[in-house]
Amino acid sequence: MTAARARLPRLSSIVSPWSTHGLVVLAIVLTFVLTAGPILLAGANPFEAYAEFLVVPLTSRFSVLEVVVASTPILLTGTAVALAFRGGYWNIGAEGQLLVGAIVAAAIGQVGGLPQIVQVPLIIAGGALGGAAWALGPALLRVRFGIDEVVTTLLLNPVALLLVNALLHGPWRDPVSGFPESPRIVETAEFPQLLDRSRVHVGFAVAVLVILAVGYVVARTPAGLRLRAVGLSPNGARFAGIDVARTLLTTALVSGAIAGIAGAGEVAGIQYRLTSGISPGYGYTGIVVATLGTLSMPGVALAALFLGDLTVGASSAGRALGIPSQLGAVVQGTLLLVTIGLLAVRRDRASGSVRPEAAGEVAESVAADVVIGETATGAEDEDEDDEGRP
Amino acid sequence: MTFLVDLLAATLRNATPLVYGAVGETYAERSGVLNLGIEGTMYAGAFSGFAVAYTTGSLLLGLVAAIVVGLLAGGLMAVLTVTLGANQHVSGIGLTILLIGLAEFSNRLMFGGTELQRIDPFPQLDAPAVLGPLAPLFSQYALTWLAFLVVVPGAWWLLNRSSFGLDVRAVGENPEAADAAGIRVARTRYLALMFGGALMAIGGSFFTLALLGSFTLDIIAGRGWVAIALVIFGRWRIMRVVGGALLFAAVYSLQLRLRILPGWGDVPFELLLALPYLVVIVALAISGRNVEYPGAYLKPYRRS
Repeated sequence: MTAARARLPRLSSIVSPWSTHGLVVLAIVLTFVLTAGPILLAGANPFEAYAEFLVVPLTSRFSVLEVVVASTPILLTGTAVALAFRGGYWNIGAEGQLLVGAIVAAAIGQVGGLPQIVQVPLIIAGGALGGAAWALGPALLRVRFGIDEVVTTLLLNPVALLLVNALLHGPWRDPVSGFPESPRIVETAEFPQLLDRSRVHVGFAVAVLVILAVGYVVARTPAGLRLRAVGLSPNGARFAGIDVARTLLTTALVSGAIAGIAGAGEVAGIQYRLTSGISPGYGYTGIVVATLGTLSMPGVALAALFLGDLTVGASSAGRALGIPSQLGAVVQGTLLLVTIGLLAVRRDRASGSVRPEAAGEVAESVAADVVIGETATGAEDEDEDDEGRP
Repeated sequence: MTFLVDLLAATLRNATPLVYGAVGETYAERSGVLNLGIEGTMYAGAFSGFAVAYTTGSLLLGLVAAIVVGLLAGGLMAVLTVTLGANQHVSGIGLTILLIGLAEFSNRLMFGGTELQRIDPFPQLDAPAVLGPLAPLFSQYALTWLAFLVVVPGAWWLLNRSSFGLDVRAVGENPEAADAAGIRVARTRYLALMFGGALMAIGGSFFTLALLGSFTLDIIAGRGWVAIALVIFGRWRIMRVVGGALLFAAVYSLQLRLRILPGWGDVPFELLLALPYLVVIVALAISGRNVEYPGAYLKPYRRS
């Protein structure tokens, strides 16, 4: 394949529902068909509603920038989840890692007397460190004892929320208002705005840098190759001489760190304090973003912007058409289920009838199916005892 | 003495939704499917039970509605993970996002989200006065009695003594062998997921139909995740899972009581509530590789 052809998707790959592009488009269309029901129940016209969801947010400067604001945390959590899934590490704990990142950011943000140029990077680093620390336990259990990380990362999410609440009802209760909110962070801790008259903050630039860096590392570096190899087949990777445990550990910690930065951004860029509602489930939305983006970084970026658009659209549709803004969550959940269902169907098709001449194409495009859609039928057995995964 | 009786009574009450949820999850997992849709299923059960009871004025119809929603939720999970063979954890998280979204969306449509609507919930059944000071222990909701006297022994018997239970355990342990022995793997997993879903939804509806008589946002507050922890803590055995639920409910009820005593106000009880999660993680760490997960855990079954 020439470089030019590799970069531009061929027409057939967009039109066929089983190409990656086609599949994502099909998933979005199916989701809109399915969510027409709730919209009709709310007494609105589905077409008007979709226009309100997707197009209206892009028609004014203010709302475009709000889309960017809404996309910022899920760009990061989406990247965190996609990176982990690509590396065969099932990090369901981005929510908790985000919250601990937010806690550390709020702690550093309350320290006075530092110049902004020092404190802001310190908060980003602190958020990353907090997220990585929260990811460390499950990662160690996985590589040392072979304990499945799905349950351990998941269970640490409510623990992180309880930790936030313990701080907010205890030592950090706002001394002025008495509300369960942390004291406001100092001025030098606030993330600078990127643009005047908007809430777009430096965290967005950080998110873009992170996703570019992750995309580059995964696609172009030896470390990325190791990560992908472990994700596709740990046993194969071990035969190739890759230190699987170390690769998994690194993947998990980097994933946690990225989710932690998302928390720091919400505290220091948007709320300027820690609240118990600091994340309306951004960590879980990260799973939607990663899946819809079929675990590729350009895909994750598009998916995050798409869901950001949808979130802003859902709240404006609520005002304009009287559709409850909770429809946003309905669309997210439907989108995730439809996408993952289609990926699984494609995987079964691919493993059922692989034309020899298309094998290369399939090998390239099924990365997401194999990883998200569980291992392909033939490859199932070899991963069985690996890393003691139950 | 009164304190202790009250505490025990509260323990049974607070354990009720966990028992339904965790027993339901046990069935799903023993059939080989980790159902992370439990949090959403309990949430949807709580809402649908309330909404139907409010509209029809019948608590029983509300309970039936919750059961139907639970069956549908389990069925949807089965379509995704059994028929399509999609990844179980992502499907479960998706189901939870979808069901919480649908419940809150419908709540907004029906009740506008302004004023809290109420129903007259199921009453606590009066215990005979003969019991004296022990009476409060036995003044429980019908759903609590049902949980401990019918559902727990019934679910235990069904799983361990009936041929259906044997099928569930077989398809969860070794689907290839079960298939070869003529057990219909997909059908058995569908039934286990739907039965489990119905139980989870009843557990959720306990909050609206019995305990509170109203639906509030975040009403399940992570109890689905607690149930997931309990199932692993109880090593997929019904009685041990129920024991774990009672233990958690006892700690939970105790902290609620200590919280209002003078001098205890500043204790961070949140950390106490984090215990069940941490205990499960530590227990997993200690038993390590020896944890006997169901053999086909997390694996879709495909005939090859």
